Order: sequence, then structure tokens, then C-alpha cells
Amino acid sequence: MNLPTKEAAGALIGPEGAEALAAGRAGDAHFGLAIRAGQVGIGALLLLVWHVVSGRWIDPFFISSPDAVAIKLWTWTADGTLWNAFTYTFKAMMLGFVIGSLAGFATGFVLGRSDLLARLFDPYITALYCMPKIALAPLLILWFGIGIESKVAMSALIVFFLVFLNTFSGVRDVNPLYLHVTGIMGASSLQQLRLVIFPSAAAWVLTGLKVSVPYALIGAVVGELISSNRGIGFLIGQASGLFDTAGVFAGLAVLAATGIILNAGLKKLETRLLRWRGQR
Amino acid sequence: MIRIKAAGKTFRTGGRITVALSPVDLEIGNGEFVSLIGPSGCGKSTLLNMIAGIVPVSAGAIEHDARPIAGPNTQAGYMTQQDSLLPWRTASENIALPLVIRGVPKSAIVARVSQMLALVGLHNFGGHYPAELSGGMRKRVALAQCLAYNPGTLLLDEPFGALDAQLKLLMQAELMRIWESDRKTIVFVTHDLTEAITLSDRVVVFSSRPGRIKEIRRIDLPRPRDPLKIQFDAGFRELHQSLWDALAPEIELARNEALA
Repeated sequence: MNLPTKEAAGALIGPEGAEALAAGRAGDAHFGLAIRAGQVGIGALLLLVWHVVSGRWIDPFFISSPDAVAIKLWTWTADGTLWNAFTYTFKAMMLGFVIGSLAGFATGFVLGRSDLLARLFDPYITALYCMPKIALAPLLILWFGIGIESKVAMSALIVFFLVFLNTFSGVRDVNPLYLHVTGIMGASSLQQLRLVIFPSAAAWVLTGLKVSVPYALIGAVVGELISSNRGIGFLIGQASGLFDTAGVFAGLAVLAATGIILNAGLKKLETRLLRWRGQR
Repeated sequence: MIRIKAAGKTFRTGGRITVALSPVDLEIGNGEFVSLIGPSGCGKSTLLNMIAGIVPVSAGAIEHDARPIAGPNTQAGYMTQQDSLLPWRTASENIALPLVIRGVPKSAIVARVSQMLALVGLHNFGGHYPAELSGGMRKRVALAQCLAYNPGTLLLDEPFGALDAQLKLLMQAELMRIWESDRKTIVFVTHDLTEAITLSDRVVVFSSRPGRIKEIRRIDLPRPRDPLKIQFDAGFRELHQSLWDALAPEIELARNEALA
């Protein structure tokens, strides 16, 4: 966040106001800490409930237990299974994410700038958009085999649409006034692209990227679940085949953690790049 | 010199043709401050946009310094009623924008920007984004941006329309001071008659739609003028009364048309 300095704030609202603002900010920090503690507390409570319920009221066959999952994660970590599976899934996901984002951005940009192309392709894009992309998984495996390629393709396909749609809307959303005004200042089309259209669309594109992350993970894992002998999806599939609930939960835990970390990273990037929006 | 030769504008919407501006003739001299005033929809903003080159003329022609306008008029600075500052650029970066576009060297930009910030009294706010500034501050940044690359002509479309009365007076005084020190050509669109008389060398009154020029009046009040005091001047009141007599029936007509 780009908070005004205390001095600058003082110029606006007088010294007392600035003091109050600074105090308010310290209060905010305390509040933030309390929220964080509360979040951890909820997690601990859920684990405790899980621990108590498991074996007492519900058969651990169905819900396993926190300690069994922890032990499973530990053994997987110790023998390298987890790292192998994780890197495989992560690689598929990241490749899919990057390919899908680039393709989605480029397509969204071109169609967003051209009314003619946008209108020509509209029905096809709508049709593809409405289609559940997961249903294409068998076809992708047929085309790309059971190796990493089909997972990358699955993940890229899902990401493509999210980034495409956001970029498309972002490019169309540019305020024409900004283009007029910069035009009068003498900007060339290339300068307008760099100074107006890209920064204006950035908020949309970033949102697209942010929502894409979990979907990229879904794409990769679905591919692995359907046919694979590697990756987190495979571990989950295999564990459930063996009625090893602890293994299933361990796999899910890893996926959840990956999603959270990636999302937090993108959120940080977003706040940095979009600090001009001010506090909301 | 801006020469408007039988320039008019018609819009076609769904098979119906709307005349936004009947062909008008007008010449605006170098260093002259001219206000365009009229009821909403009279085509005064359209005419300004045609001078700015962002709306093409449907008939006639407009020349700026003997060059016909085709495409954005880069000899002019343009300030709109709506906020046209780029929200992702700080005040300083916004003022620097026309200089960046013109490829001015970085050190010269820095110097010019701080000079402009001082001119509009915002030297402490260069690092603020538009969202962090008040409406009046944003107007001052927009004015500084307009002046930064020193265009010979300023096209101002109700620049102070959204401001409260006191702020408006302050901004008018500031604009007068700047104009009196380096005599730019200014075309000023407004619907505020007091503002038009206070600022201008000539006031051009437009009729209601389809807009045409109804009256052009020279304002011979002595300069420098103080926007706060001039309203109590006898000559001012006389001008105001006679221009209001020309303007009022047009506003009435425009209102009836809007209600019909």
C-alpha cells in the first residue's frame, strides 16, 4: 500500500489528524495480528475436532486422522516420493499456466483491439467457454499421450480462457478519454499502447492470472488422476485405490498448501503493481 | 489563429440524422480568450472537440495556424470536465506525460514538473496518485499537465464545472494569472455566464439545438480582473444582463425540447 507519509498527511489534515492517522495505523497492525492469530486458532480447532472425532465417532477408514496424515507426509518426504510427485505436478502446472496465460493474453489483446475479429469469433469463443474443459481431458490424453504433455495441455487450456476473457475485457475497458487526451499530447499508437492500454488493462489481466492459479493446479491434477504414473494427482489416485485415506488427505493437503502460497505471492504482486488504486 | 469555416456536425443514429451543430463561422485570434456558452446540447463541446481534432467535422473546415485539422490537434492542450488524469500515474508522472510523449530528456522533465507543481501550488503532492488527491487538486494537476509542454493554445471544456463555488473562483483567478503572464489562445466552453464574462475577451452565445452562433459579444472590462470583485462592477452587470437576455430563451427552448 502506498500510504501517504505522516508529513504529507499532516499537510492535508493538520498535525493532530496525522497523529490520529498514525495511531490508527498502529491499531490496524494490532488488529491484523489478532486476525492472523484467529486464523491459526480456527485451523488448530479443526485439527483438534478431526483428531477427537476420528476413531471415536467416525471410522478412520473414511476420514483418517491428523496424526496418520502427518506420518504419511513425513514418510513421503523422507523417501523422496513427495518431492518427486510435487515437482512433476508443479512443473506441469507452471508450464500450463505460462503457456495458457501467454496465449490467453495475446488472443485477448488482439480480439480486444479489433471489433471485426471479436465479432467474427464471438460464437466460437462462447461455445468453447461454456464447455466444461475437464470433459476434454480424455481427448487431450489421446492427442498428447499419458506423459506430462497432456497435463500441461489440460492446465493451459483452462488458464487460457480465464486470462483471455480478462484481457479481452480489460483492453475494451480502456477509457476513450485517455486515448483522446494522449492523442492530443501527440502520442503515437505505440505510445498509447504502452502508456494507456497496457497499464489500464493490467488490473484485469492480474485478476485473470490470480484466478487462474488454482485452475492451473486443477488441470494438472485432473490429468494425473485420469492417467498417469507420477505426480500428486497420481499419489491421490493410487492411495484411494488402496483405501489409504491418510494418503488421499496428505495429497490434498499438499495441493491446498501449494495453492495458498502461489495465491499469496500473486496477491503481493497485485498490491505492488496496483498501488495507485489507493485503499479500498 | 483558429479559423472555423462553416464547420458543422451531424450524427446519424439508427437511420435518423441529428444536427448537433449548424455550420458556424468564427475566427479566434492569437492570444485571445474566447468563451463558448449555450444550453446543454447546443454543440459547443462538439465544436471544441472538432478544434481538438477528436471529432471530425461533417461539413466545412477548421484551420489552426493555417493548417487544416485532420486528427488529434497536437498544437493544443486539452482539458476536460471529466478527470482525464491517468489514475496509475502519480501527479508528477501525469504532468510529465506530455513531455515523455514528446521525448523530452529526463532531466529537463524533472525540472519542468517541479516548476509546474509549484505553479499550481502542489509541490508537496507530486508523489500522490489521483485517487489520493481532492477534486480541486486533480483539476490543478490537469491544468499543470496542459501547461507543461507549453502549447500555444488551450482548449478547456468546462474545466471547473464540477468544482464548488469557492474553488471555482480560485481556479479562475489562477487561470487568469497564467493567461495574463503568457497570453495563450484559450477556447473555453462553459455554461456559467458569470465565468464566461469574467474570463473572456469575447463571449460567443450558442442557440439551442441545432446549435448556431446567436451572438458574439466583446468584453471590454479592464484587466487584470479579479473574479471575486468584478461581479459587482456596473459594466459587468450590464453585460451580464444583456447576454442573459440572449441566452435565457435558448435555455428555455432546450429545456422544453428535453421535456417533450
